[in-house]
Amino acid sequence: MEQITQFTSATTVLAIDDVDTDQIIPARYLTTTERAGIGKALFADWRFDKDGNPIAGFPLNEPGATERKILVAGRNFGCGSSREHAPWALHDFGIRAVISSEIADIFRNNSLKNGLVPVIVDKQTHQWLLDNPGAEVTVDVEACEIRLPNGTAVSFPIDGFARHCILEGIDQTGFLLQQLDKITDFEKTRSWQP
Amino acid sequence: MGAHSTMGGKSLFEKVWDDHVVVPETEDTPAVFYIDLHIIHEVTTPQAFNMLRETGMPVRRPDLVLATMDHSTPTEPITDLGASLDAVSDPEPANQIRAMVKNCADFGIELHGFGDKYRGIVHVIGPEIGATQPGKTIVCGDSHSSTHGAFGAMGFGIGTTEVGHVLATQCLLQRKPKSMAVNITGKLQPGVSAKDIILALIGKIGVDGGTGHVIEYRGETIRGLNMEQRMTICNMSIEAGARAGMIAPDEITIEFLKGRPKVPQGAEWDAAVERWLALASDADATFDKEVDLDVSNLEPQVTYGTNPGMVVPVSKPIPNRPGNASFTKAINYMQVEADKPMLGIPVDVVFVGSCTNSRMTDLRSVAKILDGKKVADNVRMLIVPGSQSVKDEAEAEGLDKIFTAAGAEWREAGCSMCLGMNSDKLGKGQLCVSTSNRNFEGRQGPGGRTVLASPETAAASAIAGVIADPRATI
Repeated sequence: MEQITQFTSATTVLAIDDVDTDQIIPARYLTTTERAGIGKALFADWRFDKDGNPIAGFPLNEPGATERKILVAGRNFGCGSSREHAPWALHDFGIRAVISSEIADIFRNNSLKNGLVPVIVDKQTHQWLLDNPGAEVTVDVEACEIRLPNGTAVSFPIDGFARHCILEGIDQTGFLLQQLDKITDFEKTRSWQP
Repeated sequence: MGAHSTMGGKSLFEKVWDDHVVVPETEDTPAVFYIDLHIIHEVTTPQAFNMLRETGMPVRRPDLVLATMDHSTPTEPITDLGASLDAVSDPEPANQIRAMVKNCADFGIELHGFGDKYRGIVHVIGPEIGATQPGKTIVCGDSHSSTHGAFGAMGFGIGTTEVGHVLATQCLLQRKPKSMAVNITGKLQPGVSAKDIILALIGKIGVDGGTGHVIEYRGETIRGLNMEQRMTICNMSIEAGARAGMIAPDEITIEFLKGRPKVPQGAEWDAAVERWLALASDADATFDKEVDLDVSNLEPQVTYGTNPGMVVPVSKPIPNRPGNASFTKAINYMQVEADKPMLGIPVDVVFVGSCTNSRMTDLRSVAKILDGKKVADNVRMLIVPGSQSVKDEAEAEGLDKIFTAAGAEWREAGCSMCLGMNSDKLGKGQLCVSTSNRNFEGRQGPGGRTVLASPETAAASAIAGVIADPRATI
């Protein structure tokens, strides 16, 4: 996983509530056995018409959208299916942070394992970001805050361990593997066996 | 993260949670949390097996893995994984199916593949094989893993990275979720079923109403439901954003599990039953949040929008939310009008199936309504059993004859048109009354319009050719 401490980028705004992972990547693109190149399917049915041409007006089709690292989305982003293909597709497209007032649990959990920072902010900050597409925002994982163009810093919650992994660019599997002795003890000493 | 009371009794969820903590969580690190049953399928595992291969790791406990193929499998009969599969499947899903067979063989995992009595939807076969048991932690790379909570297990969906974690270590890194009690009371009217309860609940608390929480469904109504109805309720916990949904085990749970292949036998069975019945929440257990739902006057529910929280009683008008962009986008996509009811809207397709409603209780309800009737000329009706064993049982009861005589298609087991990964898809603009769990845009095929409903409403609508109230036919 790539190391992230902080970055600054203009935002892309998708002002729709309850965006589900079926929109982020439709199920018919889940038939791959790889991860590479999955960004092509990001928001496939909202980005492209049935002939594969970009749909004008969709925020991720705007000029410069592929350079932007921050997606500001309506509340409850990433609900629905557990498909990790959703954060993979966003990351592959170039997105490194999703900002909303609410982010669904499984999507948030998957994002943290893939160098995509889920940023939950208060409603007022969220509304300002929705109203100001293209704003230059800094996402600072070290300080657990975002900084708006006027210098205002807004803190966001992030699990300490996930933050550590993102800052160091390490994946969580290594930590689990270090626990194998304890896992073996647990298996031997529990009161019943599955 | 959960702000739990440390005083007093424990809830069902807390008992199961505490029983699986290998290393407690601290401020710096999440808990190392043990998983008793890992269910895997062809779509969300290939990249995890790739990771194991790249790092040279084995599967730690292949005996705790239950493997099948369901998401992208055809619902037409196939006889082998070569030409027969290619004849009814696109190349990529066929490739994924073959990769699953190879991955299971390479890593020593028993696979319930084609021809196996227990091949079927992950959340249908776990319970029917008896691998789903009270008090277990159960995960799958599928968000509807909440289904297993009907047994007093803690079931939740995980991503592919976590599938890799469980394959390699049998554990996950977890923060303890919060808890939420949903108290359901009242006797359902004839023609109203478990699906209507859960749709009404999601309508009430919203698609994010359960975020960060594990729900426990309680109350007299829940106690009166059979296991399949309880599974329908727990299944859609994720549609309210919940981490999991659980129901305390009782005699109905025990009766369902008795004699199934994977349950303990003899003296071990008696010990297990004693342990299982002790899982119920203590009388003085507390919850972070509580919701009450009285279902005595509940009408059949149908969705009108593009998430499961956009739901109305079948005869009542769709609400109006002027100025709400997400609402407007949804009703425009659905081609429905605010202030008008869903009742009477023409239907193109009716789909009975999915991990929500594809079990014998569901199929019997549908058969009762279809018996001696005809599916309307303008409607294509697909009935897809949840597993091979459901298919066998339905055919032994002659339900398939009722379905086909009515003009419905009776197909092979799988996820099918719930998510349109195989060739069972809606065409652009087609409206489908579906017993599945998600009415997201394009979920059942690009441009398709999904109306979620109970098996009863689906069957009544198939005959009427329009969205119908099943109470009129019962």
